[in-house]
Amino acid sequence: MEIGIAHYLGVAAILFTIGIFGIFLNRKNVIVILMSIELLLLAVNINLVAFSYFMQDMVGQIFALLVLTVAAAEAAIGLAILVVYFRNRGSIAVEDINMMKG
Amino acid sequence: MVLQALFFYLFAALAVASAFMVIASRNPVHSVLFLILCFFNAAGLFVLIGAEYLAMLLVVVYVGAVMVLFLFVVMMLDVDFAEMRQGFLQYLPIGALIGAILLAELLMVASGWYIAPGMLGEGSAPTPPVEQTQNIAAIGELLYTRYIYWFQVSGLVLLVAMIGAIVLTLRHKPGVRRQNISEQVARRPETSIEVVKVERGKGL
Repeated sequence: MEIGIAHYLGVAAILFTIGIFGIFLNRKNVIVILMSIELLLLAVNINLVAFSYFMQDMVGQIFALLVLTVAAAEAAIGLAILVVYFRNRGSIAVEDINMMKG
Repeated sequence: MVLQALFFYLFAALAVASAFMVIASRNPVHSVLFLILCFFNAAGLFVLIGAEYLAMLLVVVYVGAVMVLFLFVVMMLDVDFAEMRQGFLQYLPIGALIGAILLAELLMVASGWYIAPGMLGEGSAPTPPVEQTQNIAAIGELLYTRYIYWFQVSGLVLLVAMIGAIVLTLRHKPGVRRQNISEQVARRPETSIEVVKVERGKGL
């Protein structure tokens, strides 16, 4: 019954996999892809905090804080780009994002 | 200890289940709400391992700000979400295959983890005992001294994100009368007052 670091890493691994799976599954819906990226970052944060606790080192929590900041900024910018894209094209499908022929 | 394990499994199971519902639900609004549930459960996990400040931050910043932003955008965009579900099953096999491989690899790494007892508390910033310093005080003492530049750079990142979001979404509609402050300030009596000679007995 002892909860060790492996339990937390396991939960984070499952969340990370679900995030990757979501990116594959929802190829047409950019909003769900952005939410999947949030899931990935959450999994990383769980890893950082778990290591911070089990290794008795505060730096992990500081870094998780910075990851949280960057994730918030990324969500804001991503959603702004999404809104502008929808205004111009009337669609948010990933397959329609081909104007630049990259 | 049993209670802690019980709550760990509760939070972990709910987090994983709601994370799965995020990617599997048909309605994006439901996805956002399940993501909120997932973040709440992750905050519970953080509380269990003594990171109370990050847990509260997750609830306030993520659920309170970022997820509400997602909710706004999902409700604002007039998209036919039923049509977007087409091709959902097309990517299922390859996604499941890659997901299974990734999960197996990650679990192999996670389950084989072992921290040498001599390494505990030997990091660059050892956690002070909870009786002496609270979690938030310990974070503050570290964040505002040794990691002050990182802290300020993250503030800068947020500033750039804010300006970027405003610049991207701000739209000037033609035909909207706006206040021109410099024009108003630069007005002189000569340009704004006109003396009209009114003939006697007649109106203007």
